[in-house]
Amino acid sequence: MTRTFSLICLRNGEAVPVASVPLLPLEQFLQDIIDATDRGWRVASCFGVPTDAGATLWCLMAAPNDGLLGLMRTEAGMAFPSICRLVPQLHLFEREIAEQCGITPEAHPWPKPVRFHHPFMPSRKGRENVVGDSDYYRVGGEEIHEVAVGPVHAGIIEPGHFRFQCHGEEVFSLEIALGYQHRGVEEGFLKGPHPKTLFQMETIAGDTTIGHALAYAMVMEALGGTVPSARAEIIRAIALELERLANHAGDLGALAGDVAYLPTASFCGRIRGDFLNMTAHLCGSRFGRGIVRPGGIGFDVSERQAGEILDRLTAASDDLENAVGLLWDTQSVMARFEGTGKVSQETAREIGLVGPAARACGIDRDVRRDTPFGIYGVSPVTVAVEESGDVFARAHVRWREAEASLHFVAEQLRQLPGGASVKNTATPAPDSVAVALTEGWRGEICHVAITDGTGRFARYKVVDPSFHNWTGLALALRNQQISDFPLCNKSFNLSYCGFDL
Amino acid sequence: MLKALFARRHQGHRTIAYPAGPAQLPELFRGAPLLDPEKCPVGCADCANACPHGAIEAGTGDQGPGAGTRLSLDMGKCLFCPECAGACPHGAISFTNDHRLAVNRREDLIVRSGEIRRLAAPLDEARRSLFERSLKLREVSAGGCNACEADTNVLSTVGFDLGRFGIQFVASPRHADGIFITGPVTENMRLALLKTWEAIPEPKIAIAAGACAINGGPFIDSPDVHNGADGLIPIDLYIPGCPPHPLTILDGLLRLLGRLEE
Repeated sequence: MTRTFSLICLRNGEAVPVASVPLLPLEQFLQDIIDATDRGWRVASCFGVPTDAGATLWCLMAAPNDGLLGLMRTEAGMAFPSICRLVPQLHLFEREIAEQCGITPEAHPWPKPVRFHHPFMPSRKGRENVVGDSDYYRVGGEEIHEVAVGPVHAGIIEPGHFRFQCHGEEVFSLEIALGYQHRGVEEGFLKGPHPKTLFQMETIAGDTTIGHALAYAMVMEALGGTVPSARAEIIRAIALELERLANHAGDLGALAGDVAYLPTASFCGRIRGDFLNMTAHLCGSRFGRGIVRPGGIGFDVSERQAGEILDRLTAASDDLENAVGLLWDTQSVMARFEGTGKVSQETAREIGLVGPAARACGIDRDVRRDTPFGIYGVSPVTVAVEESGDVFARAHVRWREAEASLHFVAEQLRQLPGGASVKNTATPAPDSVAVALTEGWRGEICHVAITDGTGRFARYKVVDPSFHNWTGLALALRNQQISDFPLCNKSFNLSYCGFDL
Repeated sequence: MLKALFARRHQGHRTIAYPAGPAQLPELFRGAPLLDPEKCPVGCADCANACPHGAIEAGTGDQGPGAGTRLSLDMGKCLFCPECAGACPHGAISFTNDHRLAVNRREDLIVRSGEIRRLAAPLDEARRSLFERSLKLREVSAGGCNACEADTNVLSTVGFDLGRFGIQFVASPRHADGIFITGPVTENMRLALLKTWEAIPEPKIAIAAGACAINGGPFIDSPDVHNGADGLIPIDLYIPGCPPHPLTILDGLLRLLGRLEE
């Protein structure tokens, strides 16, 4: 049996009273994180809630094999010892705690702002933040040159700043500075839920509307003690898989575009739209706005709609297989995919990669199977894993996942049970903490809500998979040609706004 | 190689017929709102109360004494969610399948019953004659959630083939005739947005696409955003929606260039 340290164990989508979460001395809290990660546990979320003395630190960890989630907390003063040299996956979490709570992780090796905003407590306002204005890692030497890209990029893409240290074409180091998209998401959730909260959840990352809205719905259902009908759960899962299909199809096309293989690039650009239009057939919005609602779904699916989507799915499935199949048979494509942007399994574990990026490094990790939510507990999906950790592996994992999703959606559409589309959710329980994880198309989405004595959010923490994975992209670029950056970048295709919040 | 040719044959010609043919939209697509205040009982404000975005002003207007303001819906704030239509027990608010939503002036986004919606008019003659057959745009996402960005990107795929209208999104503001803004304009992107705008040579145009760029969208009044590009850059075309459907964007662009009449 897995050792659970001092953690209180809970299920995905469960709420427990705050008082039941172990309040540890700071030293034990940190030691437990070190020991647990040593034994393969992973930090799913680690965040602070500002207090007068400093901050309460919370840590949510995921067990390596048996689907356990563990939660613990501690009281920290205005400073706490950084442990990210021992637990590299905490690196950004510690910087985030510093920025949001205005407290200091002592001896942090790279103490920079994450998003360039003021702490949640106005009294802890430090120097005026100017986004992007900070020290960057530099490589010395006469033959080294620096390439700076962004925030505004060449295409229709979100903004971010990239600093490459290069020797000729070779990249020694890439540092990624974000924060340009910061909209004050988590601060806006305080004292919620507000009428706008649901709509902000749907746009934390607009291309992951279902993934984030679903996590929020699970949180609200946990806090309100509501269990959605099986029908609602199935329709949510269909929407989640259609979201995955649209993005995987689009990105496989874009990867082809980045190696100048135009047939697949051109076909997939359109096929992605077919999946978006299936989502729109469910709810009127190509991004699934309005489908997921706390307590169930906002749009029910008629028998006719289900049949029509099934027909479209069959056609799109043929087209996608036809378009993507070209990639694996084309030597000029494979020559660029294989061996490019490699991340080792060891590195992936250390930095806590999630989603397809982790699975491409041989890490068998998927929330849908490990800590199942909704219908995935009874209708499991096949998890695709590749070993090579390069662009090829990330592309191939996504194709195999798309295949599994096609199969899953078709199967679910054929056997929609009856049931209520939406059930009323009660007011959120006071002084509770709820945890919800979903597997979005980029990987693990983690929401943690802590309510105050009146059931309002004292803290709502969101971790988009991109928060774990941007470091993976930076490391994938080491000793690569700078011209391979677009290809590596697309193979991860991370969210800027999901990270920046 | 042979396989690629067979694939090409399998995939076929897939560019939409629009604008020569009909616009094909999802059955449940929520486009231009339809207001019918004659169905409103005096004093009812269910729709306005249900709208989380403050887009609706309730009122029966013009219906005799005691009637206050007229029922109106601001498409600049509206996310085209189904909340108001669902909350109205009288059917006074509904959404049509009409994707034509873009306008030139902010106030034209406010829909009132009995008024004909003023769709976007062509640019002034000087700019229209310059850009009519070749328009290069620089897109800047200033806090966008990647939905507006994605449905703008899609215009350049074979499905919509924006290139056939001479419109193209370009990499450098120096090569651009205008700016295409998405996102609520975060404080952290304000400077980059303004610098990009300044870098575009005159004469130029500015387009605000999506509820965020028009008025802040779901993040309206967050202290970290500027409630859209209005007030920072003079906007020539407002394209509402969250996100706007690609056909709504295309319709707006073509109208601005005077290439759509009806």
